[in-house]
Parts: sequence; structure tokens; C-alpha cells
Amino acid sequence: MGKIKNFSFGIIILIFGFWILNFCGCAPKTTSKITTTITIWHWMTDREATFQELAKRYKTKTGIQVNFDLYAPSDAYSQKVRAAAQGENLPDIFGLLGEKRDFASFIKAGHILDLTPYMEENNSCWKNSFFEKALAVNEFSEGNSYGIKAGIYGVPIDVMTIQMLYNKDLFSDLGLNPHKPPMTFAEFLNIAKMISAAGGSASGGKAANMQGLVSGWGEVWMIDCLANNYAFNIMGEDKVLATIKGEVPYTDSDWITVLSLFAQMRDSGLLSNGIITMVNKTAEQLFATGKAVFAFNGSWCVNVYKGMNPKLNYAAMLPPKVSDKYPMRIWGGAGSSFMVNARSKNKAEAVKFLKWLTDRDQQAYLAEATNNLPANKDSLSKIPNILAQFADDMELTTHPNIWGVSEFPAVIEALDKGIQSIILGEKTAQQVASEVQKIKERELAKKVNRNS
Amino acid sequence: MKFKDTLENYVFVLPAVAIFSIFYIIPFIWVFQLGFYDWDGILPTKIFIGLGNFQDIIFNDSSWWQAMRNAGYITLIALIFQNTLAFLLAWACDREIRLKNFYRVIFFIPPVLSEIVVGMAWRFIINDIDGANILNRMLISVGLPQLVHNWLSDPKTALTTVALVHSWKGFGWGFLIFLAGLQTIPRELYEAARVDGANAWHSFRKVTIPLMIPVIVLVAILTILGTMQAFALIIGLVGGELAGHTSVPVLRILASMRYSSRFGYACAQGISFGVVLVIISFIQYRFSRKYRQA
Repeated sequence: MGKIKNFSFGIIILIFGFWILNFCGCAPKTTSKITTTITIWHWMTDREATFQELAKRYKTKTGIQVNFDLYAPSDAYSQKVRAAAQGENLPDIFGLLGEKRDFASFIKAGHILDLTPYMEENNSCWKNSFFEKALAVNEFSEGNSYGIKAGIYGVPIDVMTIQMLYNKDLFSDLGLNPHKPPMTFAEFLNIAKMISAAGGSASGGKAANMQGLVSGWGEVWMIDCLANNYAFNIMGEDKVLATIKGEVPYTDSDWITVLSLFAQMRDSGLLSNGIITMVNKTAEQLFATGKAVFAFNGSWCVNVYKGMNPKLNYAAMLPPKVSDKYPMRIWGGAGSSFMVNARSKNKAEAVKFLKWLTDRDQQAYLAEATNNLPANKDSLSKIPNILAQFADDMELTTHPNIWGVSEFPAVIEALDKGIQSIILGEKTAQQVASEVQKIKERELAKKVNRNS
Repeated sequence: MKFKDTLENYVFVLPAVAIFSIFYIIPFIWVFQLGFYDWDGILPTKIFIGLGNFQDIIFNDSSWWQAMRNAGYITLIALIFQNTLAFLLAWACDREIRLKNFYRVIFFIPPVLSEIVVGMAWRFIINDIDGANILNRMLISVGLPQLVHNWLSDPKTALTTVALVHSWKGFGWGFLIFLAGLQTIPRELYEAARVDGANAWHSFRKVTIPLMIPVIVLVAILTILGTMQAFALIIGLVGGELAGHTSVPVLRILASMRYSSRFGYACAQGISFGVVLVIISFIQYRFSRKYRQA
């Protein structure tokens, strides 16, 4: 009898347990009223308040609820999106952080809607409202190397450029003309020597104990960015892309010249202490508080500096060029973009919302409220002067996502870590070039083996 | 009847087994499987490459082995410095000293703090760029300006700094386990040793240490397993891998997954790492058994 009771008790526990699990995970949503809700995931902490305001305005206009869900920092956001993609739980609209190959993977996996038909309706009215370079980052061209059907798969909501910045007040303290930033790499290094001299002097003032260049080089992609800028300046776009394709080795003299620049920056004392472990937030703080003469940062910094130090007197400049043979190119184009989940039940509404969000008025509001460059060409009128300086160089922008080819991740990692080693004085440019080329050859061989 | 008894038993453990399977067994099998594939974590198709990932790890990935060496170094510091400190403090607290209960509480605070928080707090203390530079200022104030240094951004000192901060955070666990072990040693043994003419050092060497061998081995195994897997503290303290000088295996696995989109490779790294930890634990366990038998 006792055993029967125990057995019954066990069955009851089991049934109860399964019922609890069912209740927790599987209950369908039921609503008494049918309302469309669009869910958007993003990582942009500085834009959260503005997005919420825009969501309110959209609801007032259309009755459709838009939920902006913020997941920060960007690393955590990326992981969340990937995990959701694997579980096919992506929201209606989301952004994607990463390289073009990741973008292509998401498209191939059926997570991202092809927006080309929407972009091209009404005589491509929506498409033509954007800066070409902003759209290019979200576009796959005919015959691209990723195997993606040609089309537009994302909507840029702002544009950005990554450039050098300099503190005008510290320039004056150093006896330099604050309206004449260095144009050449040699001038750049000379200023570095002046900074070191001022830092060691007893003259006091702001110049004493100041840092030269700050940047978030603990986040290695920023090193990659500056290295690419100089690669384009020294050898031109064709040779850089030929290197990625495997047609030019990294041991080429032009690449060694690029890598040597970092040794020169190190030797001149230009680079801030601890720049290798510096996250971009720290670099922004140092520049905003007047502790660094130069910063290498993106146009999003305008909003950041405004929040940290509204009185900061600074200007944007191109990275000082090494060569006159090819133009200096900077990374830029689309800053942040949103994609529509191809499996969303609210696809049509999601696209309508993005059209509204990227319309002239909303873009102007976003630009004004968040100090980011608008993606809509017609919304540039109200941007502050400093932001206009970033916009002025838009024609010089390039970005790995528009090159049509991607470098192997292992090669990028080796190059960036190699540059860090050069800055630390552990390796020479030649050693790094040799190591990177070895990894490149190995990856190329692996690719050939897998394809065969 | 016997079948019913058996069935009843299985019914009772079924929920726990189901949960364990879903959250441990199945993911383990899946990770093991993915280690043999080239997969970016998103595409629906995976390419089977056999032992390709493992070959890459063993023969081609110098950064992986650098990370293993770094983890080994941090673990060595932990085994020597952290556990010695934990043992001595536990031994002190096991005696009748003033405020011993207070010390027991204080020494257990670091381990319960979040690793990221500890890392960021120590970064604030040590770092001269974005921190308060307290350590360097203290060195200057006590007349040791020659020791002032970029502790976290100099590759020569960064890893040792990480190891020492990790030891500070981790010694509380060892302290607790050692204290529990010391308290199980019968006091009569010490009295008997005293009667036989043994002094404090002899008692420690001949009574305490032999009886604490199982506890020391346990703490050593836990130290190795825990320290080899440390990474959050390094992120908070250093912010990154400092050109590989502060990289550890878990950071390399994360880098493969997140920055390189090489999920299959990351899984293979995880499996390789797990195998290494199992081998180390097994060797240690066999060594301690032999020592106890001797």
C-alpha cells in the first residue's frame, strides 16, 4: 500500500513538473485586442531616449506600437543577436555588428529581408534619399564573392566617418596655429616631439603632462582602421584589395612601410601611455578632458564629447598623409543600419516604420538630438559645425564592407596583434609582415583544399 | 514488484536527469560535434572537416599556446602564493586569536565579489591612465619612486599583476576549505605530540601537513580548474589581451566565436582545453594518492 502511494505521489510530481514547464514556455500569447507591435533591438545607448521619443511620435501618427529594446554594450548585443538567430527568435527589426561576411551569413540563413523591391518602388524614391556610400555598406553587388543575390538588405540610419581630431587649445599652448592641423606624417611626428618636450618642461600650463594621440586600440579594429587608411594612402586601393585577394604578399615593401609608421609613432612619443590596452571610452574621456592633443575616433564622438565637456575646443582633420601618390582614405559610410527580419510577421509594417524613420524630418531630429550625421541627404541643414567637418570628407570614405572581398579573420587578427607588438617594441615591421603572410598562405591553402 | 520499484525510482530522478541532460549533456555532445565542423554560427550548413580544427590548434595556433602558457603562469602563482597565503591565514584563524571570527568574514569577502567588479576596481587603483594611480603614488610617498611603473600596460608586468590580483580575489575559497580541514584534525593528536616533546614546527610538519594532504590536493585541483578558466577579471583589469601577453584560453575561445565567427574552431578549442584540464586533474590526483600511500 505504502509503495503504491509513493508511486502515485511520484506520478503526481511528474505531471505537475511537466505542467509547470509547459506553463512557463509554451503558452501562446493571446490578446483581447489585435494591435501591431514592432520590436527593434539596438545597442546605441546615446540614442535610446531619442528612439523612444520617435516611437511615441510614430504611435501617435499610426497607432502602431514600436518597442525599442536596448542591449549594451555592443559585445553583449552582438551575442544576443547571434543567439536569437540560432533560435530563430530575432525581433522584427535589428542591427548587425560585424563584417560583411557575417551580414552574408545572416542573409543566407534567411534572417534578413531583401529590401530592394521597397527601395526601388516609386522610382527608387527611398533609395535615392540616402547617401550612396551609406547604402553601399548595406548592398551586395552583382557577382559578389559572398554568393548573395544582388540587392539592398539594410537601411542606414546614420553615417559616420573615422578621423583624427585635435584639441585647438592645446595646439595654442604648444605655440601652434590652431587652425592649421598637420597635413603630413612628418609634421605629425614633429608635433609629437613638441608634446614630449612640453610634457617634460617646467613651463606648466595645459601642455605639461599631456598625451599625444589617444584611441581605443585595446579594441583592435581601430588599429586595423588606421592601418588601412595609411595602406590606401601609400599603395592605393587596387593594391590593398589585391593583397586581400592573395595576389600581393604582406611582405611587400609598401606593407612594411605601413607597419613601420606605427614604430615611428612609438619612437616619436606620439602614442599615449597604455594605448594598447585603452578602450575607446577611456580615449574619449582623455580627449574630452583636455589630456590629449590628438584622438582617432568616429563622428559619434561629437555627442560623447558634448556630454563630457561641452566647452571642448576641437576640430576634425584627416590622418596626416605619408604619400601624395594616392589619396588618404578614411573609413566611413553607414554608421548604424537596421535590417528587417525576413521571418517577421510584421514585415510590411517594419519596412514602413524604417521608411518613416529615415525620412527627412525624423533624420533631422535624430541628427540634432544625437549629434550623429544623418543618412538622409536632405537632413544635413541643421548639423553643428564640428559634425559638418566630418561630413565634408564623406567623399574620401571607404569601408571593408564595400570592398567586395573580405580578409581572413586569422590574418586580420595577426596583423592587428602584430601592430600592437610593434608598438610595444617587441617585433619589427618585417617580422610582423612575415608572420602575417605565413598565416595568409595557410588560410589560402585551407580555402583551396575545402573548395576542392 | 521489482520492476515497479525500479520504475518508481526512475520516475523520481527523471526531472533532474531531464534538466541535467538539457543543460549539460546535450550541449556537451553538441559542442563536441561542432568541433569537427567549419561553422560560423549562423549559416544553416556546416562543413565537416574532421580533425582540421584540432590540427590547427595543436600545430598552427601560436596564440592558443601563448594563452595556455599565460594561464599556466597565473595558475602557478595561485598555487604557490594564493594557496600558501590561504593556508597560513586559515592556520592562524584556527588558533585562539583575537577577532578570529571577524577575520573569517573579512577574508571571505573577495571571492564573493564579481570578477569584473574586482578587475575594474583594481584597474582604478593601479592604472595611471584611466585610474587613480594610487599604487604608484603610494610608492612615491614611501620613497620608492624607482618602482613606479605602467603595471597594466607593460607586457613585462601585466601578467604578473593579473596573477597577483587573481590571487587576492581567490584566496578566500582556499582559506575556507583549509580552515574546515584544520578544524577536523583531532586536538588530541597535538596534545599527544606535545607530550612526546614535539614543538610547534614539529607538530605542524608531522601532524598538520600529513592530515591536510587530502584538503591540500582538493584545494590545488580546485585552484587549477578555477584559475585556468579565469577571464572576466582580465577583461575588467586589462581590458584585452595586450598583444597576447594577457590572453588566456577562455578569451581565445571567445575571440574565435565573436570576432572571427569561427564557432566550430571555438568548440574545438573548448574541447582541447577541457581535455587538458582533465589530464592535469588526473595527474595531480594520482600523484596525491601515491604520496598518501607512501
